[in-house]
Amino acid sequence: MKMNGAEMLLESLKREKVSHIFGYPGGVVLPIFDALYKDPSLQVILTRHEQGAVHAAEGYARSTNTVGVVLVTSGPGATNTLTGLADANMDSIPLVVITGQVPTKMIGNDAFQEADIIGMSRSCTKHNFLVRKIADLPKIIKEAFYIARTGRPGPVLIDFPKDVILEKAEFHYPETVSIRSYNPTIQGNRWQIRKAAQAILKARKPVLYAGGGIISSGAHKELLELVNLANIPTTLTLMGLGAIPGDSPRFLGMLGMHGTYAANMAIHHADVLIAVGVRFDDRVTGKIAEFSPHSKVIHIDIDPTSIRKNFHVEVPIVGDAKTILKDLIEELREISGSEDAFRHFDPWVEQTHEWEKEHPLVYSFDKEVIKPQYVIEKIYQYTQGDCIVSTDVGQHQMWTAQFFKFISPNTWLTSGGLGTMGYGFPAAIGAQKAFPNKRVIAITGEGSFLMNVQELATVVSLDLPVKIVILNNQYLGMVRQWQEFFYGSRYSSSFIGQSPDFVKLAEAFGAAGLRATRPEQVEDVILDGFSRRGPVLMEFQVDPEENVFPMVPAGGSNIEMIFESPGEKDDPKKRDSILTA
Amino acid sequence: MSDVRKHYIQILVENRFGVLSRVAGLFSARGFNIDSLSVAPGIDPSVSQMTIETQGDDHVMEQIIKQLNKLIDVIKVVDLTEFSFLCRETILIRVNTTTRPGDREEAFRIVEIFRSKIVDSSPTTYTIEVTGDEDKIEAILNFLKPLGIKDVIRSGKVAIAREDQRASGKSSKPAVDGELSYPRS
Ligand SMILES: Cc1cc2nc3c(=O)[nH]c(=O)nc-3n(C[C@H](O)[C@H](O)[C@H](O)COP(=O)(O)OP(=O)(O)OC[C@H]3O[C@@H](n4cnc5c(N)ncnc54)[C@H](O)[C@@H]3O)c2cc1C
Ligand SMILES: Cc1ncc(C[n+]2csc(CCOP(=O)(O)OP(=O)(O)O)c2C)c(N)n1
Ligand SMILES: [Mg+2]
Repeated sequence: MKMNGAEMLLESLKREKVSHIFGYPGGVVLPIFDALYKDPSLQVILTRHEQGAVHAAEGYARSTNTVGVVLVTSGPGATNTLTGLADANMDSIPLVVITGQVPTKMIGNDAFQEADIIGMSRSCTKHNFLVRKIADLPKIIKEAFYIARTGRPGPVLIDFPKDVILEKAEFHYPETVSIRSYNPTIQGNRWQIRKAAQAILKARKPVLYAGGGIISSGAHKELLELVNLANIPTTLTLMGLGAIPGDSPRFLGMLGMHGTYAANMAIHHADVLIAVGVRFDDRVTGKIAEFSPHSKVIHIDIDPTSIRKNFHVEVPIVGDAKTILKDLIEELREISGSEDAFRHFDPWVEQTHEWEKEHPLVYSFDKEVIKPQYVIEKIYQYTQGDCIVSTDVGQHQMWTAQFFKFISPNTWLTSGGLGTMGYGFPAAIGAQKAFPNKRVIAITGEGSFLMNVQELATVVSLDLPVKIVILNNQYLGMVRQWQEFFYGSRYSSSFIGQSPDFVKLAEAFGAAGLRATRPEQVEDVILDGFSRRGPVLMEFQVDPEENVFPMVPAGGSNIEMIFESPGEKDDPKKRDSILTA
Repeated sequence: MSDVRKHYIQILVENRFGVLSRVAGLFSARGFNIDSLSVAPGIDPSVSQMTIETQGDDHVMEQIIKQLNKLIDVIKVVDLTEFSFLCRETILIRVNTTTRPGDREEAFRIVEIFRSKIVDSSPTTYTIEVTGDEDKIEAILNFLKPLGIKDVIRSGKVAIAREDQRASGKSSKPAVDGELSYPRS
């Protein structure tokens, strides 16, 4: 049967089992939106900004471990996706983003709403395609989904010119896909796995350092099995939270700049570091020359470029985390003989517990002013972790990472690599679309929230019960914290006290708004807000000057954590040494 | 840290729209150098061959090779520096022949010595075509310099591994999950 490009696109998406498309219409994609109008089997989620559509698709993709799909028009529609594409590229989120393009003959002529999105997106996508002939479309879609979700996942963009959208041809969807130049390695090298197992058995102070790759791979069961079998203290990156339950006895918390004392100390003293699905990001390593200085490093990653990019590795294993961890567990069982073989790590596990006791995550409760950490704790107590949480970027993000215990994978949505303010609320919309009956909470700051506030219209019009928690500290708090510590408390452009009345704002959009200004109101607002069925915005006016601790000053060594503001110290020398770190 | 060395990388890519900018973009985005670059279709017209002359220490080279392999359109990457290989460049030199008396004959002699060719001439210049390895190119340029070089156009280098090595030669495409020679950085 002959179809036009628009119909072929929809048919291809259905073959890829797509059910939701996040998008925004415009001139050149009108034929596609027209075809969507006639086809109720694909649901379009109309956001109020294309950036919102991409973040929503990211939230959808991360919470379901499937590919998120976006459809936007040419020119400004396409350029508005760039931040989202860069975000997904950094955090390895699988997306297929379809942009309209001006007719093929007009490309390059500065036509109305033309943008060279192929050129612009080249460095922030895993791959991109320009559809030049309609006959190529099914193959391109098949390849785009395959590339987006396999190997190290990432965003793929398809630029679709108007004339090709309207062109007609026979539709044949390929059954299989094979790209001669793209064959991600899945199986780990057996010999390397054996070497890893031997190194673990010989270790005295092993540490597991796992991250986003566990979530992409769906390797959480295997990871937990390894942790329990081999009795190894485990830390997770920001992107890996939820990979093992946050209340596991061997979980040390997050590591890195705002990681726990125990995690950073364990890494520092480790003799074998088992890194799985992580990329040794500078927020994690601090001063690289002093990161885990005594360890032999085993690194399991599906992307060879992650290995030895920033850090030495003695036992590299390229492949899929789930597959390799299975093999590694089997190998460990075989060569260890019995689980008692791992009991000799007991003193080491004990040592990590000592560190936990020495400097647990703390904050000082206050009767007069709401501490942001208190709000997070109360939300955790209320939900018992049975929810999906997204955040924006800043202090509230770090407090959530520290004080919320993520019980299962794919329930934590945050922008780690790019650190995109404006990510959190739309990401929650995507997750809520995927899980209409699950509790979805967007924890945000009064700065970040305003970066995609227009999506309030989306949740209201779709009646999505997303719960928005604003920790309003009147500051671009993370910026203020750095200014306090490193720029002599000169709060240049970080005070944004003049925020809108968030309760009225929510109401203006048609959502419910609640506010807490005193500690004793926190629980009531949570109880009230979370028991309502539609979208609810809860504003908590929190201590404007609260800081995130511990903190490793940028470029400092991870064991030089600070636990209080350098300004609170009487010792000026100490303060100077931190300032120059 | 190992030393910064010159490397010749041979890349087989899909002969497709935009592939050159992907490769070039990768080098610029990641701060790698391109000293010279040449591209043309191979015997199989669906494939293009690139030779890139670049430099870096072992760590940088490992990343360059891996990052190139990661590009979806790249089929194969070979760092020729790991092999014994041949490398050639063609250049066109326009040289004055009337700066000093006898220069025209001198230019002619130099062309003979280097077994190169005069491909164009005017009353006051010759245009010389010469192909060779780096040493030869440098030498002829030095010989011609006193005459006054008006212009030089270089093709960029092309390189190929020697035949006996090819058969057993390892491609750099498989993921590095085995033992590697790269040292601890
Ligand atoms: C304000 C702010 C502060 C931050 N502070 C911290 C901090 O204190 N601590 C911290 O940890 N982070 C922090 N981050 C986040 C940090 O910037 C990085 O985003 C994060 O550390 C990267 O996590 P990751 O190493 O797990 O890698 P990801 O970015 O999640 O990458 C995943 C890795 O897994 C690999 N992979 C993918 N799929 C598979 C598979 N199937 N099998 C095997 N491997 C696979 C990929 O190739 C990649 O190497 C902060 C971010 C912000 C915005
Ligand atoms: C789009 C974007 N612009 C700027 C920044 C730099 N930045 C990082 S955190 C932050 C402050 C965020 O303020 P807010 O949302 O109120 O969160 P808080 O830190 O106060 O919790 C800023 C400006 C960023 N990450 N993203
Ligand atoms: Mg704030």
